[in-house]
Amino acid sequence: MTVAATPLRVLIGKVGLDGHDRGVKLIARALRDAGMEVIYTGLHQTPEQVASTAIQEDVDAIGLSILSGAHNTLFRRVLELLKEQQAEDIVVFGGGIIPDEDVPTLKAAGVRALFRPGVPMNEIVDFVKGLRS
Amino acid sequence: MALADRVKVGNVRAVSRMITLLENQDPAGAAILRLLGSGSHRAAVIGITGYPGAGKSTVVAQLVAAYRRLGMKVGVLAVDVSSPVTGGALLGDRIRMQEHTLDPNVYIRSMATRGHHGGLAHATSDAALVLAAAGYDVILIETIGVGQDEVDILDVAQTVVAVVAPGLGDEIQAMKAGLLEVAHIVVLNKGDYPGAEMALRDLGEWCPLVLRTVATKGEGVPELVAAIAEHQQVTVFLAQGQSRSRHMEKRIGS
Repeated sequence: MTVAATPLRVLIGKVGLDGHDRGVKLIARALRDAGMEVIYTGLHQTPEQVASTAIQEDVDAIGLSILSGAHNTLFRRVLELLKEQQAEDIVVFGGGIIPDEDVPTLKAAGVRALFRPGVPMNEIVDFVKGLRS
Repeated sequence: MALADRVKVGNVRAVSRMITLLENQDPAGAAILRLLGSGSHRAAVIGITGYPGAGKSTVVAQLVAAYRRLGMKVGVLAVDVSSPVTGGALLGDRIRMQEHTLDPNVYIRSMATRGHHGGLAHATSDAALVLAAAGYDVILIETIGVGQDEVDILDVAQTVVAVVAPGLGDEIQAMKAGLLEVAHIVVLNKGDYPGAEMALRDLGEWCPLVLRTVATKGEGVPELVAAIAEHQQVTVFLAQGQSRSRHMEKRIGS
């Protein structure tokens, strides 16, 4: 049994009007199985709730699933709120239906990684694990 | 400003960081805790324990709302289980408490047990001291879903509420030693489910104070708040020299 002394803490949730949570639950479960402490917020979070929860829970990273098409607005708002609250050290990553042309702009805005359909689960797990180094 | 000072003025980020230090057993955490020591006296620490799925988180969310209506600053420590295999945990208690996420006078922290037995995380009791030092008036500690024997909460909380649900056993279960024996207040939640009448009768025979709630609808919550207040008055304010939990005595002396 190898239990890390200080597990990574990750907030996983869905923002906005988007009720499709099969994928995000699988991610939450996979990160749990990789030894992380996953704070699962469930559906319909506002960016304000996400930022506030992330700070109260002192997470290392926030992973958001967005399948609604509102990714440009929602990711930016979360990043903005973290910055306002001097919490821009918290890594933001995400997944969902995000068109090619939006990827570079979101990354430039501060989204560390975006995982789109077809990405193997271990790629996501490895990314989050790699945050502690 | 040093972390201890920022905790004392109620800075949320500092409180969060401090709890992380304690969870990680960072020596800095213990040192800062000593700096916080005095001033940690006034908070009411209330434990919510009970069987998995009985509705502890929903009861906690209702209590938060009730204490907020009274103008109190409320801290919640919600404990869930770490995997004995991987060390990972899925912390989902705050899903039931979302209406409070944006209230600046409510702090909610999920804690994983990280191998600690007894129903709490090893750092939960110290985290309660941090919240008290940060000015929270009421601290609600939600244990993991317990069996019969995880009663660490008794050392940490002044008032312990056990939440149970109908259909989990007969009168003999209500007579057994452990959880129901040590709780100050037993709450039969999901009081609108079949079997609630019989469960109430069985529990009532053997437990000193049994209340019925339907936490999803807020039913029975005012009665629970009143019962907790009464217990706090009796044990905390009237009993001279016992105004602090055993854990507080141990950690900060007299």
